Amino acid sequence: MQDRTNPPNPGLDGDDKEIVVVTKPVWQRLLANPTAVISVLCLMVLVLGSVFANAVAGSDPLRINPSIRFKPPSFEFPFGTDNLGRDMFKIVLHGGKTSLLVGAVVTIISMTVATVLGLLAGYYRRVDMFLMRFVDGLMSFPAIVLATAMTGYLGPSVGTVVTSLSIVLIAPSLRVVRGQVLVVRELQMIEAARAVGVPTMRIFTKYILPAVSSPILVQASFIFSAAILSEAALSFIGLGIGSEDISWGNALTESRNYVSRAPWIVMFPGLALMLAILALNLLGDALRDVLDPKLARRR
Amino acid sequence: MLRYIGKRFLLILPTIFVPLIMVFLLLRLSPGDPAGMILGDQATAEQIAALRAELGLNEPLGVQFVIWLKNIVTLDLGNSLFFRDPVVEIIPRYAGVTVGLATIALVLAILIAVIAGSFSALKRNSIVDRSIVTTTVLGISVPEFWFALILVFVFAVTLRWLPVAGYTPPSAGIIAWGTSIALPALALGIRQSALMTRMMRSSMLDVLGEPYITTARAQGLPEHVVIGRYAMKTAAIPVVTVVGLSAGYMLGGTVAIEIIFALPGLGRLLVEAVARRDFPVVEGGVLAISLILAALNLIIDIIYAIIDPRIRYK
Repeated sequence: MQDRTNPPNPGLDGDDKEIVVVTKPVWQRLLANPTAVISVLCLMVLVLGSVFANAVAGSDPLRINPSIRFKPPSFEFPFGTDNLGRDMFKIVLHGGKTSLLVGAVVTIISMTVATVLGLLAGYYRRVDMFLMRFVDGLMSFPAIVLATAMTGYLGPSVGTVVTSLSIVLIAPSLRVVRGQVLVVRELQMIEAARAVGVPTMRIFTKYILPAVSSPILVQASFIFSAAILSEAALSFIGLGIGSEDISWGNALTESRNYVSRAPWIVMFPGLALMLAILALNLLGDALRDVLDPKLARRR
Repeated sequence: MLRYIGKRFLLILPTIFVPLIMVFLLLRLSPGDPAGMILGDQATAEQIAALRAELGLNEPLGVQFVIWLKNIVTLDLGNSLFFRDPVVEIIPRYAGVTVGLATIALVLAILIAVIAGSFSALKRNSIVDRSIVTTTVLGISVPEFWFALILVFVFAVTLRWLPVAGYTPPSAGIIAWGTSIALPALALGIRQSALMTRMMRSSMLDVLGEPYITTARAQGLPEHVVIGRYAMKTAAIPVVTVVGLSAGYMLGGTVAIEIIFALPGLGRLLVEAVARRDFPVVEGGVLAISLILAALNLIIDIIYAIIDPRIRYK
């Protein structure tokens, strides 16, 4: 029977020590998973759209053109124009660049730090005590509030957003990595490696890290979506990337004054944001199903 | 039970202090002189020196920390640099709005989750189940501040059922308060509600497969008793465990929501204080949110121990 005193929290329970024989490479199994394929396609459209924004929609997204204010979506302006006569299609595509880039950088930084600290915490019990109390404190506290306070001290800019989000998003990943390491370090292969005198550093890189890489990958896609969402929320309240840049969250800041007059200004940046988050969440679920069938969620 | 409560109480201390310590370090370790940052470009050297002395910034970091800790514990948070009032008096005026909003959102989210999740599990693989599952996937991915704008467009602008923004305190009538807080609470609750629905559905499916449910049915108990009294109560336990975490997310969500709906709550106060470089208020706001969260978590832990007696004896 499942232990119902814990929430279904994949990766934290140390009950799966079976060896799963992998026959096909991961990418082949991912290709066989429709959810994964659809979400990767969605992400590719968003990434390519923003990378080639100049070619697809044209350059200079912030140019003001008062003669075409509040135009509803049409063939010429697929997403309409805003209160300053800016083409929303351009804004959404160019805004994606910042949103996705900030998300990617935050994911890389926070996952790297979380992996290193998670390995240490899982392996050395003394580090664990201290680190996990800290993580408990960070986890329960709303990340946005902390990031808001940080922006106050450091001033709104892309750098601040990346720094503050990287710090606050370390905690959840650190917990996942540590939980996995706690399971893996008890495996016989680690004991054997230690017995024959394999240096600790090598045990980390050759034995533990590969064993915990799947949950790290799954977690990374969730962190990516959390980072994009948090950047958008921060930029929306005016404490994010600053007004010289555009991102999806930023594009929504002013639009909220025109909800009744021009709902399309609100619609499209939000839809792009939601699509990115949705695709990343689904990709995370699919990765979990593929990489770790034992943890797959109930259908 | 008392011992259990005491133990939980000790465990929530990091929840209160870790965010505060981060704020403490941020102000002192960030590049540039905090006193100069607070006063802005036009400040004279004397003003900066005076403020440095007032904030105790000339002491070594360790001494500053001890003084700061003493001030926090005695709730001596200093005066707001903008309002000139003591921070301890300002915060409670705003905290009530936020606590009310978050509580309504949380209750709404739990109600929706328990009902939709159970229903979905009972009608497994039906069209209703599929659409509930799809809705939860969308609900988890929707940014709440964007959803709030959509709600405003639909219910306030187009249908004109509810006000676009603004806040009516409960003292002016409970119905007026309810209408002013309905859309914000709905927007705030949507993501957590979707997460909890998913959890409720999966845990309900587990419970429905348990032998004791079969026994209850075999004894001829009416279905609503089997589901309502036996299955739902057990299935709700995992949902209760995440309520604390959800409350944390929600308090974070209030920041954007309060700005959209012009609610005079803690989140908005915090953002405004950050914009005004009113650091004592920022610190007070973070402390208030930590305390609210800690209190909430303690209450949840106690409720949890009441509905699931196994917890107390662990």
